[in-house]
Amino acid sequence: MQLTGAQALIKSLEQQGVDTIFGLPGGAILPVYDPLIDSSIRHILVRHEQGAGHMAEGYALATGRPGVAMVTSGPGATNIVTPIANAHMDSTPLVIVTGQVASSAIGTDAFQECDITGITMGITKHNFLVKSAQEIPRAVAAAFHLATTGRPGPVLIDIPKDVAQSMMDWWYPSSIEEYDLPGYRPEVELDDDAVMRAVALIGESERPVLYVGGGTLKSHAAAELLAFAERTKMPVVTTLMARGAFPDSHEQHLGMPGMHGTYSAVTAIQKSDLLISLGARFDDRVTGKIPAFAPNAKVIHVDIDRAEFNKVRHAEVAIQSNVAAALRAFDGYGATPRNLDVWWKEIRGWREQYPLVYDAPTDEGPLRPQHVIEAIAAKSGAGTIVASGVGQHQMWASQFWKFEEPGTWVNSGGAGTMGFGVPSAIGAKVGRPDRTVWCIDGDGCFQMTAQELVTARSEGIPIKVAILNNAYLGMVRQWQEMFYEERYSEVYLSADLPDYVKWAESMGCVGLRATNLKEMHEVIDEANKINDVPVVIDFRTDASEKVFPMVASGASNDDIMVHPLQRGASR
Amino acid sequence: MTATPEPFLGATDHTPVRHHILSVLVENKAGVLARIAGLFARRGFNIYSLAVAPAESNARFSRVTIVVDAESAPLEQIVGQLDKLVNVVAITDISPKDALERELLLATIKTDVDNRTSLLDIIANAGAAIVDVDAKSVTVMLAATPGGCDELERALESYDGVELHRTGRVALPRLGKLASA
Repeated sequence: MQLTGAQALIKSLEQQGVDTIFGLPGGAILPVYDPLIDSSIRHILVRHEQGAGHMAEGYALATGRPGVAMVTSGPGATNIVTPIANAHMDSTPLVIVTGQVASSAIGTDAFQECDITGITMGITKHNFLVKSAQEIPRAVAAAFHLATTGRPGPVLIDIPKDVAQSMMDWWYPSSIEEYDLPGYRPEVELDDDAVMRAVALIGESERPVLYVGGGTLKSHAAAELLAFAERTKMPVVTTLMARGAFPDSHEQHLGMPGMHGTYSAVTAIQKSDLLISLGARFDDRVTGKIPAFAPNAKVIHVDIDRAEFNKVRHAEVAIQSNVAAALRAFDGYGATPRNLDVWWKEIRGWREQYPLVYDAPTDEGPLRPQHVIEAIAAKSGAGTIVASGVGQHQMWASQFWKFEEPGTWVNSGGAGTMGFGVPSAIGAKVGRPDRTVWCIDGDGCFQMTAQELVTARSEGIPIKVAILNNAYLGMVRQWQEMFYEERYSEVYLSADLPDYVKWAESMGCVGLRATNLKEMHEVIDEANKINDVPVVIDFRTDASEKVFPMVASGASNDDIMVHPLQRGASR
Repeated sequence: MTATPEPFLGATDHTPVRHHILSVLVENKAGVLARIAGLFARRGFNIYSLAVAPAESNARFSRVTIVVDAESAPLEQIVGQLDKLVNVVAITDISPKDALERELLLATIKTDVDNRTSLLDIIANAGAAIVDVDAKSVTVMLAATPGGCDELERALESYDGVELHRTGRVALPRLGKLASA
């Protein structure tokens, strides 16, 4: 069967089971948009290519399946660079298709030409410039294989216009051998010797902590984690990337570690004698000052990527494996720590003395942002998916929302990409239309990507957006207040400009506003009744609210600052 | 984390005490060298020399011999990150003490026919060969250890107008020495 390269591309995506492409057409990708009309694949027409990338990420994080985005050459391609970098930092599986100028024009500074494979070399797991139509099926199959196996990540396929237009004899690779990836071996054999040494370390430990990272979600190991944790009775912390990997309601869960982690999670790590890192990478936002991080702990480091071992922290035992397989192996050998009663008594003491707290809300407002999040959570059903932007609201969402299952937290971790919230929420809702999707956003973030609500409305994707509007770039303001002597430099945004309600309405969404407690409850109830169009709520929150606990940048985790309400009592 | 320090071995004028030789088999595809160079640049790993050529008369693969500075980053990190490049097929890490290293040096020295006696001594001592000659210059070639190339380079410093090129080294493990992956 003879097909054009463009037809072969769409057929290859269908072959991979792709149900949705987030994208925006343009000159170089035009040939591919023609066969798309006849395809079963749903195309979501975004308003900016960055939106397409973040939607694909939201889709991937909510479903566990790779997200797919398609854009044109030049500025279309550079506009999706931020989502690619974001996905690379968070190991999110994406396949990005970019159009490229015709082969004969490459290197001539042609209209809308840019070297996107060169630009994205350092922020993709791999990328391809496809040079003939006959190679398209191989590139697509290889891209999905690369994106989803081993340590997942974004893979980019760049297709020159003439390649999309030329003819090929249809074929599709039937085995991994045909992907032509002689240097790629994602399957690793579990090192039994390392497992035994880990089991021995666990057996000696009296103060262990399970340090659960995003790799636990990526390897679908929540069930294994729950079984292992319950059998061994070890305390669990889940990083920002791992929220939902272990139920927040579980007695053994101490919450999130790191700069804005709970006091008990941070302190348990500091005082531990054994850290079992499961798909985590000792990010600086978790470790604080590295030499002072968990100074008495031995480390068992489980990761699929061996380059993570000893990168930041020396590991007594490094096990290259996906988390699920390693946990099954630990269980298989009956790895059990010593009696943890004393350890738990200490941890419970920290938990009781320093729970997450915030100032009591007042009837007349301004609203407490933490209270708004708890109120939304209380009025939302189980399984609600929460997306967020980056900043204070993100930390509060991670702290105060109670995550009970994988795939319910969609956020930008490593890259810290402001504006991630709205488009990623849209992508999550497309992937999980059965779930309610709330975006907890900040006013700064919202303004970066809000145009995608036009996409949401026109494509019938009814997400709910809660803007915690404190009229500031809040996290920067917090740092300026605490570390720059309250010299506020370029952080004020205004609560009223833009008018978020009118803006929402102009984009075909329902716009609501709440300035006091009564209105807060009313608008959340109203938003929960609307299931056909997107809803945007402008919550007027207190700009002086800060995220606590906090470990200052570069400080030791021992110097954690608790909420002002909890100060005075010695810790 | 630092790798275990090793004794002074194989250091030359152009490479530090703690270098390592990575013999890297890569797919012979456009951009592979850029991927390697980009990785070293963004991770802050230093390269001392780099030599590339088709491998084993097979057009599908090339061999890249990289002399890396094991002070700039732990070797484990360098190898681990390099191995993640999809086009990298195999990495052989050869410690300098187990390596047979050779490098090619070409140098053109401006010198009149009348004043060549001492130059010819230098060439003979170094084991170099004259590969081109005219009334005003001599071009010599030396295939030797990097240290041997250093010696010739130093010996030629007293001459003005020397144009000297070196290839960067290639290496194989000494017989009986196992290279580690």
